[in-house]
Amino acid sequence: MIELEGLTKRFGSKVAVDHLTCQVRPGMVTGFLGPNGAGKSTTMRMMLDLDNPTSGTVRIDGKHYHELQEPLKYIGALLDAKSMHGGRSAYNNLLCLAQSNRIPSSRVDEVLDTVGLSGVAKKKSKGFSLGMGQRLGIASALLGDPEILMFDEPVNGLDPEGIHWIRNLMKALAAEGRTIFVSSHLMSEMALTADHLIVIGQGRLLADTSMADFIHENSRSYVRLRSPQQERLRDVLHQEGFTAVEADGGTLEIDGATTEELGELAARHQVVLHELSSQRASLEEAFMQMTAGSVEYHAHSGPGGAEPPPTVGAGWGEGWQQPGGTAAPGTTAPGTTTPGSVDGTENKGA
Amino acid sequence: MASVPAVLNSEWTKIRTVSSTTWTLICAFAVTVAMSAALCALLNATFDDLSEAEQATFDPTLVSFSGTVLGQLAMVVFGVLVVGTEYSSGMIRTSLAAVPQRGTLLFSKITVAGVLALVVGLLTSFVSFFLGQALLGDRGTDLGADNVLRAVVGAGLYMGLIAIFSMGVTAMLRSSMLSLGILVPFFFLISQILIAVPYAKDVARYFPDQAGSKIMQVVPEAMGSDPSPYGPWAGLGIMVAWVVAAVLGGYLVLKNRDA
Repeated sequence: MIELEGLTKRFGSKVAVDHLTCQVRPGMVTGFLGPNGAGKSTTMRMMLDLDNPTSGTVRIDGKHYHELQEPLKYIGALLDAKSMHGGRSAYNNLLCLAQSNRIPSSRVDEVLDTVGLSGVAKKKSKGFSLGMGQRLGIASALLGDPEILMFDEPVNGLDPEGIHWIRNLMKALAAEGRTIFVSSHLMSEMALTADHLIVIGQGRLLADTSMADFIHENSRSYVRLRSPQQERLRDVLHQEGFTAVEADGGTLEIDGATTEELGELAARHQVVLHELSSQRASLEEAFMQMTAGSVEYHAHSGPGGAEPPPTVGAGWGEGWQQPGGTAAPGTTAPGTTTPGSVDGTENKGA
Repeated sequence: MASVPAVLNSEWTKIRTVSSTTWTLICAFAVTVAMSAALCALLNATFDDLSEAEQATFDPTLVSFSGTVLGQLAMVVFGVLVVGTEYSSGMIRTSLAAVPQRGTLLFSKITVAGVLALVVGLLTSFVSFFLGQALLGDRGTDLGADNVLRAVVGAGLYMGLIAIFSMGVTAMLRSSMLSLGILVPFFFLISQILIAVPYAKDVARYFPDQAGSKIMQVVPEAMGSDPSPYGPWAGLGIMVAWVVAAVLGGYLVLKNRDA
């Protein structure tokens, strides 16, 4: 159990972390989510006593970090992949850490085996790829067999196989009753691993909720309609008491209705439909809406205002789901149709 | 609290598992011994060309440590790298997460590295001394003579203290490049030049290297040098004060700054 109480960090006049109060509970994966620059890494560094808080405290099982006897046996952390001496072999890098906390050297071989680096144990770590560096960092976190594990952006720079491996590792560690605290700026990744969610923006707590509640509250579902007789369709919908919102490409979006209802309605009024599909807003969108006011670094396009957040779901977000990963409910990207709703099949001509 | 023997053990592993330790220390030994031997041979051959004052105050012990001027730079590099690579590699965060008692971490590191530098320094000074005396032949001296053993041990301590001073400075500056960029020109150029300039030398003689190297002299005002306001042990004391200040400064920086 990690408790943060009124944790604040100022760099000059800039507030990086602003009165953060929350708890990280054992036996589950807690996702720590926020856009870049939200203060996630600063918070994690303060948890490890690397940065001094301006005010507030962090307690780990009721103690300050520096009061822990041999801290690697309580809490293991992966902060960034390149935090080892490149001129030292993977084995020796871990050996110095193990010795400082009186961990037997046999444990070094064990964790190297766990992360799959046994084959390169004697190689200098400066030759390691980002993914191998990340695995070495995870090995150092596991070294003391700690009850609490912290990972700062563990999937950064990893290939699909590596991401899948880390995700399963975190779940397995949580299932053993350990406290897992993992930061990310990718909602889609968190949706697959985290049981609990702490969201921050500009250092302030925005949400502290279970993943299930977050999905339930934030995944808006709606029905999308496209018709060559759009005006008539709108009239019909209006008469029947549905609120239709016009969206891109001449489609209509209706909240709080089922495809069955709307299909039958169109048939009754003999309106031709080219599309009838149920849609779900992604959690990524919900996350971006939540943090929209607190994004530190906006990309600007053209003169004036900030660009609206791009639609996520394309890019690498799709690829990593393939090797065995199962998509959690609610992560469907906008634009993809859920199975069962088919384009235009309910068209009924006159 | 972290167990001190465990941290010392860990720091020893850190030092012995990087190649820079081996090559900087071998360099310090080889450069000092080789350059001292060359100068001993040269002075022995050209003794008659020395000025009268230099002949009168010829100090065979001091001459056999002439290579220290260059060899100490390798000791500076050793001291800087021992501390500086923690920062340049990002290892410092991992190290502090493992040992959050920052004083324990820094003093353990300096103890292990400092003892190693002192051992190598003493080995260097004894080898340099015996080889130099052999090359000086009749003009040489031996360990039994007055104050000679003090000078030879002192030369070894000097080499070790230079390394520890560099460790303290690097802990304050938190960067290998910056520390090397300041310490190497300081010891090799600035200090050597200022000690030869009138008035400036009154200040420069209190620099750590100038004060500390007094311990290597057996003959007062050796080789026609200026008289000094302090004796050999007081000189080493001045150097130790610099070293303590640097290490303390390094500790305060590490203790108070964010890693």
